[in-house]
Amino acid sequence: MALTEHTLTIPSSTRYLEEVRQFVSKHAAAANFSASVVEHMKIAVDEACTNVIEHAYAGEGKHAVDIAIIISKDKLTVRIRDHGRAFDEKDFSELNLIEYARSRRAGGLGVHIMRRLMDRVEFRTRGDVNECCLVKYRD
Amino acid sequence: MSNFSVGFRTKEDIRILDLNGELDAHTAAELEAAIQKCQTDNCHRILINGSNLTYISSAGLGVFMAYIEDVRDNGGDIKIAALQPKVYNVFDLLGFPMLFDIVDTEEQAVSKFQAPVEKQ
Repeated sequence: MALTEHTLTIPSSTRYLEEVRQFVSKHAAAANFSASVVEHMKIAVDEACTNVIEHAYAGEGKHAVDIAIIISKDKLTVRIRDHGRAFDEKDFSELNLIEYARSRRAGGLGVHIMRRLMDRVEFRTRGDVNECCLVKYRD
Repeated sequence: MSNFSVGFRTKEDIRILDLNGELDAHTAAELEAAIQKCQTDNCHRILINGSNLTYISSAGLGVFMAYIEDVRDNGGDIKIAALQPKVYNVFDLLGFPMLFDIVDTEEQAVSKFQAPVEKQ
């Protein structure tokens, strides 16, 4: 099976998250992933895009977020690219929920959700492009 | 247009929030405003009815986390009821059932609010 790629570019605003979820649902379901796996991918990609919008671009809506779904024989990869502030994975150690509640914070849970839902989560920066890759293998 | 809304009901001294639609980083501010309104009204017994909540991301979970300690410090609680299985799964992913009372029905949540508090 050759690689199939679908792309979507959204402005860096949370109002487009619903469109992102629909895009992921449509193509993951068409690639014959189960309904529960499609749901997991939808959440993970939502979390990755939210991080880009709120952290890499600090809530400024004038930038672009590029999303690509790459489907191959054994896996589905979602690649999210931005030109904002790079993400530092070292800031995210294992989650302690009780400590988290005491801190009265509201953010920072998304990366933990992505890691639990996907088989691989990778962040890299090349030049001024940040890239997050979310990978789900077929059973 | 937002695809999320919060309805308010009151049962004795419990404020029931009916969540409808999809709760994400765009709509989480509406849930936050609803919980803040409960606090302003001095109502610290908050029951979340999630029967019509079709989606939640960490932005929604974060709102519950941001307020639970304050609500409990004021002698109240946030209890969560009637979640759809796919939404419950997201709460369960990060271990929320350890920190929150999450029950199957609104009636169960009301009963838990009415039960005597166990002394530690």
